[in-house]
Amino acid sequence: MVTERVARVQRVLEQVMDPELPFLTVTELGMIRGCSELEDGTIEILLTPTYSGCPATDAIQEDIEAALSPMETRFKIRVVHAPTWTTDWISDAAREKMRQNGIAPPEGSSADKAFLLGKAQEVPCPRCNGKDTKLVSPFGSTACKAHYQCNACAEPFDHFKCF
Amino acid sequence: MAKLGHEWILRLGDDALVLAQRLSEWCSHGPALEEDIALSNIALDLLGQARALLTLAGEREGQGRDEDALAYFRTDREFSNALLVEVPNGHFGDTIVRQMLFDQFALLRYEALAGQSAEPEVAAIAAKAVKEVRYHAAHSAQWVVRLGDGTDESHNKVQESLNVLWPYTQELFEDDAVSQACAAAGVLPLNASYHARWKEQVLAILEEATLNCPETSALLTGGREGKHTEHLSYLLAEMQVLQRTYPGAKW
Repeated sequence: MVTERVARVQRVLEQVMDPELPFLTVTELGMIRGCSELEDGTIEILLTPTYSGCPATDAIQEDIEAALSPMETRFKIRVVHAPTWTTDWISDAAREKMRQNGIAPPEGSSADKAFLLGKAQEVPCPRCNGKDTKLVSPFGSTACKAHYQCNACAEPFDHFKCF
Repeated sequence: MAKLGHEWILRLGDDALVLAQRLSEWCSHGPALEEDIALSNIALDLLGQARALLTLAGEREGQGRDEDALAYFRTDREFSNALLVEVPNGHFGDTIVRQMLFDQFALLRYEALAGQSAEPEVAAIAAKAVKEVRYHAAHSAQWVVRLGDGTDESHNKVQESLNVLWPYTQELFEDDAVSQACAAAGVLPLNASYHARWKEQVLAILEEATLNCPETSALLTGGREGKHTEHLSYLLAEMQVLQRTYPGAKW
C-alpha cells in the first residue's frame, strides 16, 4: 500500500540523479525496485545495481541518504539482485534525454543478442543521427557503455549497452 | 531445506576476486587505451561479483566476517580459487588466452546457477553475472581469434600462451566433497558435467583462431584445497598490505 509517507519518499527519490548520468534520475534508470513502509514504520527502499561492480552504487546510496535526511523519517536502503536489472526498464523519455546529452541509448530490447553473436548492431550517432557508425570498443567510459564513432561526422560517442 | 555450507560460494567469489585483482594490474599498462579500459571494466565486473559472493559466504559462515574480512584477512592457504586465475598476466596474449579459457567456464557455471531454485540468493547474483560474462566471453574470444589468426608472431605467441595455460584448465572440472554436495542439492551440476560443452566451445574458438589444442596430460591442481602457486602469495601481499598494516582503514 502506498501510504502518504511512502509517497513523499518516492517524490524525493524522483529527484535523486545518477552520478554518472547527471541528467537522469535513479528512478528513470529503473534502479529503485520498491519503496514501502515496514511494520515498525521504517520506510524500506529497494535498490538494484546496474552492473555488479558499478562503483556508482555506493555513491547513489549516499545521495539517497542525503536527499532523505531533511525528512526526519526512518528509512533503510536494501540492495537487491533479483530480478536482474535490465535496460528494458529505461523509459523512452529517458532514452531521449540520453540522446540529447550525446549518449546513444540502448536500442531495442535486451532479448536482442546481436552483439554477442558477432553481428554489428546499428547504433545511430546521437550528434548527426547518421546510421553509419562503428564500434571502437565494447567497453567504454563506464561499465554500462560501449565506445562508438560516427563515420559520417567523426563524432566519438558513448553507447549505453543493451543489457 | 538445509542450506549448503559457505565453502562453495567462497570458491566462486575467490575465482572472481583473484582474477579481478590480476586484471586490474593492467590498468594504465594496456597495449592500447581501449584495451586498458576493457580489461579494467572486466576487472570491475568481476570485483562486483566477488563482493556479492563474499558477503553472502560470510553471512552463511556465521562467524561475523564480511566481504573485507574475507578478502583482506585470509592467508593464501585459505583461498580456494582455481590456479588458472592466479597465473601472472604475462603479455597481453597470455592474459587474453587465460581470460577466454576462464570466461567460457564461468559462463557455463553461472548459467547453471542462474537457472536453479534451491539457492535463490546465489541464483540472483549469477543471473546478473551471466549478462556481464557474456560480454567478457565475446571480447576474449574475438581477441584470441584476432591474435591466433593474425601475424606469424602473434600466432606463435598465443599458441605458446595456450600451451602454458592448458594444464591449468583440468582443475576447473574436478569434483570433491563440496561440489558433490552442491550437485546432490540440485544447486550446480558436477563440475565434470560441463567439461564436454566447455571443450566444444573452446575448440571452436581455437579452430577459428588457427590454434592447436595442446596434447598434454599435465595436470596442475590444488587451488580448491588451498594449495596454490607462489604467485598467489605475492598477489595477496599487494592486495592486502593496506588493510594488514592499518586494519579497518577507510577512505
